[in-house]
Amino acid sequence: SSWWSHVEMGPPDPILGVTEAYKRDTNSKKMNLGVGAYRDDNGKPYVLNCVRKAEAMIASKKMDKEYLPIGGLADFTRASAELALGENSEAFKSGRYVTVQGISGTGSLRIGANFLQRFFKASRDVYLPKPSWGNHTPIFRDAGMQLQAYRYYDPKTCSLDFSGAMDDISKIPEKSIILLHACAHNPTGVDPRQEQWKELAALVKKRNLLVYFDMAYQGFASGDINRDAWAVRHFIEQGINIVLSQSFAKNMGLYGERAGAFTVICSDADEAKRVESQLKILIRPMYSNPPVNGARIASMILNTPDLRKEWLTEVKGMADRIISMRTQLVSNLKKEGSSHNWQHITDQIGMFCFTGLKPEQVERLIKEFSVYMTKDGRISVAGVTSGNVGYLAHAIHQVTK
Amino acid sequence: AYRTDEGQPWVLPVVKKVEQMIANDNSLNHEYLPILGLPEFRANASRIALGDDSPAIKDKRVGSVQSLGGTGALRIGAEFLRRWYNGNNNTATPVYVSAPSWENHNSVFMDAGFKDIRTYHYWDAAKRGLDLQGLLNDMEKAPEFSIFILHACAHNPTGTDPTPEQWKQIAAVMKRRSLFPFFDSAYQGFASGSLEKDAWAVRYFVSEGFELFCAQSFSKNFGLYNERVGNLTVVGKDADNVQRVLSQMEKIVRTTWSNPPSQGARIVATTLASPQLFDEWKGNVKTMADRVLLMRSELRSRLEALGTPGTWNHITEQIGMFSFTGLNPKQVEYMVKEKHIYLMASGRINMCGLTTKNLDYVAKSIHEAVTKIQ
Repeated sequence: SSWWSHVEMGPPDPILGVTEAYKRDTNSKKMNLGVGAYRDDNGKPYVLNCVRKAEAMIASKKMDKEYLPIGGLADFTRASAELALGENSEAFKSGRYVTVQGISGTGSLRIGANFLQRFFKASRDVYLPKPSWGNHTPIFRDAGMQLQAYRYYDPKTCSLDFSGAMDDISKIPEKSIILLHACAHNPTGVDPRQEQWKELAALVKKRNLLVYFDMAYQGFASGDINRDAWAVRHFIEQGINIVLSQSFAKNMGLYGERAGAFTVICSDADEAKRVESQLKILIRPMYSNPPVNGARIASMILNTPDLRKEWLTEVKGMADRIISMRTQLVSNLKKEGSSHNWQHITDQIGMFCFTGLKPEQVERLIKEFSVYMTKDGRISVAGVTSGNVGYLAHAIHQVTK
Repeated sequence: AYRTDEGQPWVLPVVKKVEQMIANDNSLNHEYLPILGLPEFRANASRIALGDDSPAIKDKRVGSVQSLGGTGALRIGAEFLRRWYNGNNNTATPVYVSAPSWENHNSVFMDAGFKDIRTYHYWDAAKRGLDLQGLLNDMEKAPEFSIFILHACAHNPTGTDPTPEQWKQIAAVMKRRSLFPFFDSAYQGFASGSLEKDAWAVRYFVSEGFELFCAQSFSKNFGLYNERVGNLTVVGKDADNVQRVLSQMEKIVRTTWSNPPSQGARIVATTLASPQLFDEWKGNVKTMADRVLLMRSELRSRLEALGTPGTWNHITEQIGMFSFTGLNPKQVEYMVKEKHIYLMASGRINMCGLTTKNLDYVAKSIHEAVTKIQ
């Protein structure tokens, strides 16, 4: 007999299931709108030019493969912090922050979650927006935290339920932890406006909440890295010492290289040193030290003026293509004769769009048109191209007219 | 980390070659790997540990999880065991770590949630060798189902491994007492120069019908330290059990790092999958192992020629990167302060730090330390 006879089969990943079904489909018009990775206008993965250049530069340096420090590549972590906080940020210039390299967004979130579990004794409760990225809940749970929610998405308008969010947040017990998506909310694509962010900042400050920002799409959302980091920077300027997780998977296309960072804004540089020492104690028994390749590429790009300029252009290019697909989808739906209001498609931002489609409609899209998306009606706009946007509009119109 | 005779880090020639191949391959991109890792890496990595002709592989009862180095593989295994071994979420299952061991073993299992981490006798300081009787006694007395972390070869930090005969005795007790073997294999090939020899213990346990975990690191034997290339090999009773185990490990991976880094796995997979590159790699590994073995024999012969008090055969009987010299803390302090030779307070030296240029100096320093300080 086996030690493992009682081990249950884990549930299949819902998003992987979409891709699996898509692969099996023989329809030549099939579309995979579950994919969480950017695609170019030919539907192909896109390796950024600045990434290729950085890789060539790195290869020519013939560096050794010695272990990185536990906290990661210093040039990378410093550049990540500067990218998020802004070069003029008082917090950055004074050194009252610590940034450690993490395994892309997930690994950075997990380090932060574990850190809070160990050192934030005031509360076990992490408040997530409703809905949030599916992996947030198990990450925090596995770290030993409890999950709560605040209203966020309004399915009636396919936009932000701002009054509901403010109402719920005003009732969150003091010193709880609140997670906010810095930009390009996943999965809805619905972000607060700057005026709304100001009110949110004032409220969380009043409620004395610990703010955890998840920024996985800086630059990728609006095409402007400063605009996309506005909320993060505003909160810090208001005296809120946030914690922050960053990913370079999407904005640099470094998905499989796992480049990310976790930052804690502290009272002063001394506190930052102490926090850093504890983060290292958490990281060492997880994987000892982080992988170099993605961090080196990102560091080369951020720290080399020419490459950085090129990167900013390329990330804007990706964001612009997504925005253009949104616009074309809406205009194609109008052309199809749809009488529904599809404005939310262009109001929303980032890789994902909550279409508002119901499960039965999604099922028809999959079965009758080979258009694959998750049951919640979320599409990855990255999977839309100028070649298939017409077909997509046609299919959506057929199931919603 | 390994050092050349010039005291420099060494990027393996086969690694340089494969990296160039990868760089020149425009069909490659940076897309996410599957959660459990690169399939070609996983299969080849487990094949290296268990052998081409492994009956377990033939029976399809082997699973693999690409991990962030050996540490990552240990952590995924530990997290899984805490959730699913010996009941559900049984944090009270005793975990036994050798005395001494790599200090991170304790932290890995502690952070995975285990509450009862104990030591088992291992190093006999008096005879400077394995305390086999102490080890076996601890296994006899351990509660049933306890987890034992075993170093597959090149024990860190003592460099002292059980002989095959001793491994057989260890396996017999573990089988009788239903103890769970969790192998840590960080030096396969690097220890003796032979992949097969360094995997003997793991393969023996598999042949004895054990279900086991083996955390593999490719940091040392591929010199890929900072790429974080590791693999957790799972051997189960049958394919169905292994499949369910992997599905649960996938959930653990998803909340820890989502999916593993691709660069290092590509290098290893490409190398292991090509007969020519594989042979080249084995040659590179043997180069490293042979240099360490040479330093061991050269150090020992110098100490014996100097007439340094004590016996020094343990220097060549021990294996791998580290050696427990037997120097006491005061003697170590002398080495560090007076001779500027840096070693651990435990008397552990990294053999990779020895070169033909510094052998004489190190031997003379040890001689001074042992004769001047008691």
